[in-house]
Amino acid sequence: MASQAKNNVIDPIIDNNPITLQVLGICSALAVTTNMTAALIMCIALTSVTAFSGAIISLIRHHIPSSIRIIVQMTVIASLVIIVDQILKAYAYEASKQLSVFVGLIITNCIVLGRAEAYAMKNSPGMSFLDGLGNGLGYSVVLLVVAFFRELFGAGKLFGQTIIPVANEGGWYVPNGLMLLPPSAFFIIGLMIWAIRSWKPQQVEAPDYQIHQVHRTEVL
Amino acid sequence: MEHYLSLFIRSIFVENLALAFFLGMCTFLAVSKKIETALGLGIAVVLVQAVTVPTNNLIYQYLLKEGALSWAGLPDVDLSFLGLISYIGVIAAMVQIIEMAMDKYVPSLYNALGIFLPLITVNCAILGGTLFMVERDYNLAESAVYGVGSGLGWALAITAIAGIREKLKYSDVPDGLQGLGITFITAGLMALGFMAFSGIQL
Repeated sequence: MASQAKNNVIDPIIDNNPITLQVLGICSALAVTTNMTAALIMCIALTSVTAFSGAIISLIRHHIPSSIRIIVQMTVIASLVIIVDQILKAYAYEASKQLSVFVGLIITNCIVLGRAEAYAMKNSPGMSFLDGLGNGLGYSVVLLVVAFFRELFGAGKLFGQTIIPVANEGGWYVPNGLMLLPPSAFFIIGLMIWAIRSWKPQQVEAPDYQIHQVHRTEVL
Repeated sequence: MEHYLSLFIRSIFVENLALAFFLGMCTFLAVSKKIETALGLGIAVVLVQAVTVPTNNLIYQYLLKEGALSWAGLPDVDLSFLGLISYIGVIAAMVQIIEMAMDKYVPSLYNALGIFLPLITVNCAILGGTLFMVERDYNLAESAVYGVGSGLGWALAITAIAGIREKLKYSDVPDGLQGLGITFITAGLMALGFMAFSGIQL
């Protein structure tokens, strides 16, 4: 039991990462990663919504008719997101302005609905909570890594603190403006997937089309 | 008129939902292996977007906005915190209605779109379009134009990436990049291409 709980939390972080392997919840992973602060707030918001929605849906799973289960799950998730959104507006107004629509978009983040549908509908509330927590953490790891590179190389800062003094403020580093623009997020996640899959080759996808390797003896 | 035209062009190219705001990325990457399916999904998104954005605009203007309920004699009520839950409800209901209407009147299109219609409920491009509409405070006509334009932009992006991926099938990709990895890099290059529009002032 204890080991299953541990697996639920640890497994999605690298081995079964929601972003790099399951291709879920990518939208916000790309959009809010221009600086670490925004990324961190987004991670906390998403992890708490995933964990609590898992627990709540799991609590009521025996009472949900299967024909309307999606809309019931959506309602639970939307209510949780509204709570998070209101808390952010009350206590971190600047950050909530910066995240703009992306807090609301946690509702349609496939990680949340995916875990509710695939795990919470079949398992006990405690386990579902941990499963949500693990998947939220897996998402957070990717988000923070991407944000780290984008903020460090794009603005020479981390969490708004100057790490590398940039040229137009008298330092030596000329910031790479591309890092702050949308395309760099795609490149960084693409390269991250490459790195993870080189480390864990069992995650590599089989190619659709195999190029025939011509051996020297065949030609002769 | 000019105002609407520039909004339309801007929502397709400059503020492309998929490549500038990363909305609808999950489906964008998962359902873009074949051009036909990508095109089908694109059309479905345009349809749903054209209906839901104006509908949500009406709900926002006449029910949720601060002071919006003054027609009912309640000028001090601010229901905007109920926004998210009502928008997603409208989207889910609209998708269901469009599905039933299409099944009855244009069964050929309904069969062609198949499973994509219900999937659209959880496509963040749809909810994202609505949220941008609310954030920018569009009126009804603007939101109708924005809905169609942003839907078209998304459809354009997914069809283009499907075309690239069909060709990419025959290229020799490194093992670790196979599949998802190379798709991300491709999308990044496409986003770079679309950035060329970003300097345009309309």
